[in-house]
Amino acid sequence: MPESLGDSGGSPITMNLNIIVLAKQVPDTRCVSQGTMNADGTINRAALPVIINPDDMKALEQALRLKEAHPGSTIRVLTMGPSRAADVVRESLFRGADGGYLLSDAAFAGADTLATSYVLATAIGKMGKCDIVLCGRQAIDGETAQVGSQVAERLGMPQITYVEKILSVNDGQITVKRRIDDGVEVVEAPLPLVVTVDGSAAPCRPRNAKWLMSYKHADIEMWSATDIDADLAQCGLAGSPTRVKAVESVVLKAKEARVMGSSDEEIEELMKSLL
Amino acid sequence: MANFYTDSPELKHYLSHPLMKRIVELRERDFEEKDQYAYAPQDLEDAMDNYDKVLEIIGEICGDIIAPNAEGVDHEGPTCADGHAYYASGTEQNLDALRKAGLMGMSMPRRFGGLNFPSVTFMIAADMVSRADAGFENLWALQDCAETIYEFGSEEQKQHYISRVCNGETMSMDLTEPDAGSDLQSAQLKATYSEADGCWYLNGVKRFITNGDSDIHLVLARSEEGTKDGRGLSMFIYDKRSGGVTVRRIEGKMGIKGSPTCELVYNNAKAELCGERRLGLIKYVMALMNGARLGIAAQAVGISQAAYEEALAYARSRRQFGKPIIEMAPVAEMVVNIKAKLDAVRAILYQTSRYVDIYKALEDISKERKLTLEERKEQKYYAKLADSFTPLSKGLGSELCNQNVYDCVQVHGGSGYMKDYACERLYRDARVTSIYEGTTQMQVVAAIRYATSGFYASVMREFAEWKVLPELVTLKERLGAMIARYEEVVNVVVEQKDQEFTDLMARRLVEMAGYIIMGYLLLQDATSSPELFTSSAHVFIHWVEAEVDKHTGYIGRIRPDVMNYYRKA
Repeated sequence: MPESLGDSGGSPITMNLNIIVLAKQVPDTRCVSQGTMNADGTINRAALPVIINPDDMKALEQALRLKEAHPGSTIRVLTMGPSRAADVVRESLFRGADGGYLLSDAAFAGADTLATSYVLATAIGKMGKCDIVLCGRQAIDGETAQVGSQVAERLGMPQITYVEKILSVNDGQITVKRRIDDGVEVVEAPLPLVVTVDGSAAPCRPRNAKWLMSYKHADIEMWSATDIDADLAQCGLAGSPTRVKAVESVVLKAKEARVMGSSDEEIEELMKSLL
Repeated sequence: MANFYTDSPELKHYLSHPLMKRIVELRERDFEEKDQYAYAPQDLEDAMDNYDKVLEIIGEICGDIIAPNAEGVDHEGPTCADGHAYYASGTEQNLDALRKAGLMGMSMPRRFGGLNFPSVTFMIAADMVSRADAGFENLWALQDCAETIYEFGSEEQKQHYISRVCNGETMSMDLTEPDAGSDLQSAQLKATYSEADGCWYLNGVKRFITNGDSDIHLVLARSEEGTKDGRGLSMFIYDKRSGGVTVRRIEGKMGIKGSPTCELVYNNAKAELCGERRLGLIKYVMALMNGARLGIAAQAVGISQAAYEEALAYARSRRQFGKPIIEMAPVAEMVVNIKAKLDAVRAILYQTSRYVDIYKALEDISKERKLTLEERKEQKYYAKLADSFTPLSKGLGSELCNQNVYDCVQVHGGSGYMKDYACERLYRDARVTSIYEGTTQMQVVAAIRYATSGFYASVMREFAEWKVLPELVTLKERLGAMIARYEEVVNVVVEQKDQEFTDLMARRLVEMAGYIIMGYLLLQDATSSPELFTSSAHVFIHWVEAEVDKHTGYIGRIRPDVMNYYRKA
C-alpha cells in the first residue's frame, strides 16, 4: 500500500475536492495553573490563552496535503464560538486554507456535543458540495471525541475515525491509515465522508509569512442561527441533553509496588490478573 | 512548544530602534507597493507589525522543529553518494518547514516573490535559527547569495534565479580552492567561453564549499587566461539543473555537522557570467563576503544565546554543597559574562545591520533615480560605518562566542565534557565562526585601517554624545576615559611607522575599538530598555575596562626592538 499521497505507482488521478475542516478554539491546557478553574468546577477561560485544538490542526494538515496532491481542491474551515474564534479561520488561511465561516450566535452558547454537531452539520449542509469533512478526533477541553462521529451521522455520511494519514483519494474512494489500539490498519471508503484525525498524525505546517501578512486583517464571514436556518430548539443549551452534575479533581496515585518473580507460574498468575 | 522569538524579549527590542523608521521608509519606497501586493505593508506601523508577526513564525519553527532536530542532525550528518550530497533527515524537515512558511528569499523584492524584509529582520531570524542549530543556519542563510544576483546580475538572471530562491531553492558560494583560502586571488578554477555554444564552461576543483550541492551556485573562476591575480577572476552562476558538477567528498568536521562541506569537481559545467568580467573578486565577492560576514556574526550571537540558555538552566538545576551552583559567585560570574558578551555583540550586529539597510536601500534607489545631495551623503556615511563595523561584528563576535561556549562547558563541569549535554555540540559548532568567511586575523586586517586612521575614535566620540539614563552616566564616563587611553596607544603604534609592528599590535587595537563601541551601543540599548540591558551594560563595560588595561599595558610596554622574537616560530 502506498505510504503517501500521489505515490501510488501509476499516474495519480487528481480530483478537485471540496474539503471542509471543522476546528475548535480551545483553552491552552498546557498553561494550566492555579486560577485556571473556577470554584464551581468550570474552566476560567479568561485565565488561559486560546489555541486551535491540536487534533483539529492535524486534520487541517491532512487537508492541506490533499490539496497539494489534488491542485484545484478547496479547503474551507468551519468553527463555532464567540467572535474571537474568527482567529481559527484566519490561522487556517495563514496555512493555506481557502476560506471559512464562523458560526456565532447567543443561541449556540452552552452547546454539548449533540447540539454542536447539529449546528455544524446544518452549516455544512448550507456550504454546498462537500467531498470530505475532516476534524480532529477530540478536543483538549471536553475530550469527548463525539462531535466528528455525530456530524457524520447527522449528514448520513460514512465515517472513518482515528485516521493517522490519508494515503490517497482516487476515483471517489479514499484510502487511509488508522491508528488502532494494537497497531495500524488501512481502510477504504467512498466519498463523501467524515474523517476524524488522530493525535498521532503529522503536526500541522507553520504559518506562511505571505499569507499571514495578506490575511491578518481578513474579515471572516459570520453565520448566525438564522443564516443557517437552524432549529433553535436543537441549538445551544436548549438542544443539549447533557447536564454537568459535578466536577472533581482526581489525583492519580501509583499503587504500592509489587515485586514479581520470573518463574513460569508467577508469570502465568500475573497474566491472569492482568486479563 | 517553544518560540525563540517570544521567549527572548531582547530580539523585539532591536525592532524598536529609531532608525527603523528610516529603514522602512527607504525599503518600502514610501509604501508604493501597498496596492500591488496583498502582503505589502500599508504604513510604518503595518510594516513593523509584519516584521513582528513573521519573526514569531520563525521563532516557532526554530523552537518546535529546528532545535529539537539539532541533536539528531549532528549525529546523522549529511551523506555523499552518486556525486551528490544528501542532507540528514532532520535538515530536510527543517527546510520543508521554512519553505512552506515562505521564508526563503526574505530580503528579496516582492516582484521576485520575496518578502522585501530589511537586513535587521533577516539577522534577527538568522540569530534565532543559529540558536536552534548553527549548522542549519548556513544552509538557510545562504539564500542571501541572491542579494549578489540582485545587485550585479542581469534582469533575466534576476527573474530566473531569484524567483527560484524565493520558491525554496538553496544556494552556495563556491569560492575556496585547495590553494586559495584567505588568498582568494589565487583561485584557479577555469572558465572558458565557447563561441560555438555561446556560453561559459567551468573546469577545476573547489574545496570547503558549504552546501556545495545546492541548486544555484555563485562561482568564482578565472576567466582571463594568463592572469594570476584577482583581476582575472569573474563571477559565474552555475545551475545544478545543467549538470557538470559532482560532489567528490564531504568533509568530516568538528562541528556544524548538518551543513555539508563539499569538495566539488567541475567538468565542463555550463555556467552564466554574472555581472562584468574581471570584477568577480574585486567587486562582487567583496560585496558577497560582507553580507556573509554579518551572517556569521548573527550565527555567533545565536550560538551564544543557546550557550546562555544551557548554562543558566544547568547552573540553576545542578546542586552542590546543598545549593544550586548558580548561587556560587564564580559560577554566576561565568553565566552573567556570557549574557553580557551576548548582548554586546547583538548590539553591534544590529547596529551594523541598520547601517547596511540604509546604505543598500539608497544604493538600490540610485539605480531608479538620481539621489539628492543629502541622500548621497547619507549613503556614504552609512556605507563607511557598515564597512568598518562588519569586521568588528564578525571578528569580535565570533571570538566572544567562543569564550561563551567555553564558559558554558565550564559551568557544566564534567557533564559538559560528555555528549549528553547540548553544550558539547555548541562548543564544537562555535569554533568555526572565527575561521570561515575570513578568519579573525583577516577581520583585523579589514578593520585596522579604521583604527589607525582615527575613524573608530571619531565614531566613539559621536556615540559619547548620546544621552543616557542618569544611572548610566558613570558608565558612560568610564567609557569616555577608555577612548582617551585607546587613542593614546593608537598613536604609540602609528608613530612607530613600522608596518610589521602595526600588524602585530592590530588585533589589540581592533579589540579595544570594538569593545568600547559595543559598550556605547549597550548603553544605548540600556537607555531604551533598561530592564533588559542595564545589568549587561554594567558587566560588559567593567570587563571592557579590564581589557583596555591589559591591551594598553601590553602596547605601552612593547617596542619594535623586540619584534625579532615574534618573527618566526
